[in-house]
Amino acid sequence: MDFFSYVSQHWERISFLGMQHLQLVLIAVLCAGVVSLGLVAATERLPRVRAALLSFTGTLLTIPSFALFALLIPVFGLGVLPTILALTVYAVFPIARNTVTGLEGVDPSVIDAARGMGMSATRRLFLVRLPLAWPVILNGFRVATIMVVATAAIGAAVNGPGLGELIFRGLSRIGGANALNEALSGVVAIAVVAAVLDLIFVAIGKLTTSKGLHV
Amino acid sequence: MSDSVATESMIRLVEVTKRYPNTPADAVRPLSMEIRRGEFVVFVGPSGCGKTTMLRMINRLIEPTAGQIWIDGRDVTHTDPDELRRHIGYVIQQVGLMPHMSVARNISLVPEMLGWDKRRTAARVDELLDLVGLEPGTFRARYPKQLSGGQQQRVGVARALAADPPLMLMDEPFGAIDPIARDRLQDEFLALQERIRKTIVFVTHDIDEALKLGDRIAIFAEGSRLAQFDTPREILSRPADDFVRSFIGERAAIRLLSVVTVGEVAGRAPATDRPGEALSAQPEEPVSAVLDRMLTQNRQILEVGGKRVLAQDLLFASTGDRQDPA
Ligand SMILES: Nc1ncnc2c1ncn2[C@@H]1O[C@H](COP(=O)(O)OP(=O)(O)O)[C@@H](O)[C@H]1O
Ligand SMILES: [Mg+2]
Repeated sequence: MDFFSYVSQHWERISFLGMQHLQLVLIAVLCAGVVSLGLVAATERLPRVRAALLSFTGTLLTIPSFALFALLIPVFGLGVLPTILALTVYAVFPIARNTVTGLEGVDPSVIDAARGMGMSATRRLFLVRLPLAWPVILNGFRVATIMVVATAAIGAAVNGPGLGELIFRGLSRIGGANALNEALSGVVAIAVVAAVLDLIFVAIGKLTTSKGLHV
Repeated sequence: MSDSVATESMIRLVEVTKRYPNTPADAVRPLSMEIRRGEFVVFVGPSGCGKTTMLRMINRLIEPTAGQIWIDGRDVTHTDPDELRRHIGYVIQQVGLMPHMSVARNISLVPEMLGWDKRRTAARVDELLDLVGLEPGTFRARYPKQLSGGQQQRVGVARALAADPPLMLMDEPFGAIDPIARDRLQDEFLALQERIRKTIVFVTHDIDEALKLGDRIAIFAEGSRLAQFDTPREILSRPADDFVRSFIGERAAIRLLSVVTVGEVAGRAPATDRPGEALSAQPEEPVSAVLDRMLTQNRQILEVGGKRVLAQDLLFASTGDRQDPA
């Protein structure tokens, strides 16, 4: 059976796993977003703590994903929870890093002018600093998302949900009927999910960035 | 506090001092000064002498280490800083317009914070754009990046004026603008000040700009020593010390010609009965401008307020009360 017939025959399963994969990624990125923004907000006045946290979350990123999933098994067992947790851990760094970079990159004279006209710290944050840092923050979300789409496949190793299942099952019975097609369908589906999300991010970026920033 | 003080003096600095943490010397050493309502005061001096620090203490962007700052009879250290700043215009060299907001929105920010309604704010935006020489229909919806440096600073001035504050603080506002546009902006700003009569504290390192704009000029020396605080004319004709003399440069007598008016000078100069066609001028015109016309039109006699004065007498009467102890 060729690849395309395989895909059309197993479309239901592939698209189900694809949706699962997508949900997994979005939940993890959302959790990471909350954690990252919380960390950045909490360390607004503590630059050293912030730097330490950033390098710590950066270090977490260097743990091979297979190892991280395995490490979480004794604590959280198998399934959805350890997968989401591991993915969240990975996604925190790019989001936090870009949020900090974006906020630090805001022209100090703009902030000085904002203070000078009597804007409170909260107003400055929501009216000036976040909107100006937004393109960079959004890009952090984008990088985290694409990264997590790929990494989520490894979640299948701990019985996690998503497209990884296709790859792992396919590879585990390689030589068998349609084994290669099954693994391949997982790989291609992951690439498609990543591409679609990337396009969505481009669209969000266009819609949510002030015209004044790209004229 | 007596009423006369409250109405006459807009800003009173009492022994205001600033020492930044971990620095060996005061950035501003004890400074006392009084600035009157409607007065245009310029702080001038070499870089690093504490002008910016002093200016930013007035709207509490920097907290003084010691001393008091009174605005309109109120000690500013006892007011809410954000509320204080909403009633003080602030203009900086880098302009600092919000790049993600339209020109109109930039100007609307302070009125919004003060709770003005939309219609009043929109009308005010158009009025201010007109005032700073930008056609509202053309510029209202533009973004800062679509403006030249000079246009951006016009918006900066409009934004500072938005809620009609009685006091404006300006830190080298024209410093980053090319010389020709700067000259125009200065002229227009002077004309604007004629109309709106704000109390202005203006920082520059350019003595020519200071002499051109200031009703009174505070000349600071290194180490934030206030060397002289007086009118351009007094500074040019009676520099307080060697620092001031070197700071105003070589051509103090020539510069003086642009700060004195023919009206006052003609009063001091002897009348002439020499025949010949005279050039007539208005009493409030600066001597330099009138002399320029006399030279280009080849007239040796000036007629002002019915009195005829020789060019030579006009010149010496202009600079005659100069004292140069050196
Ligand atoms: N945030 C700061 N921390 C430490 N020193 C400062 C700070 N800001 C200014 N200074 C120092 O204070 C002095 C006065 O600076 P400033 O007020 O900017 O002078 P000016 O505006 O006249 O150039 C300078 O010696 C400068 O280096
Ligand atoms: Mg300065």
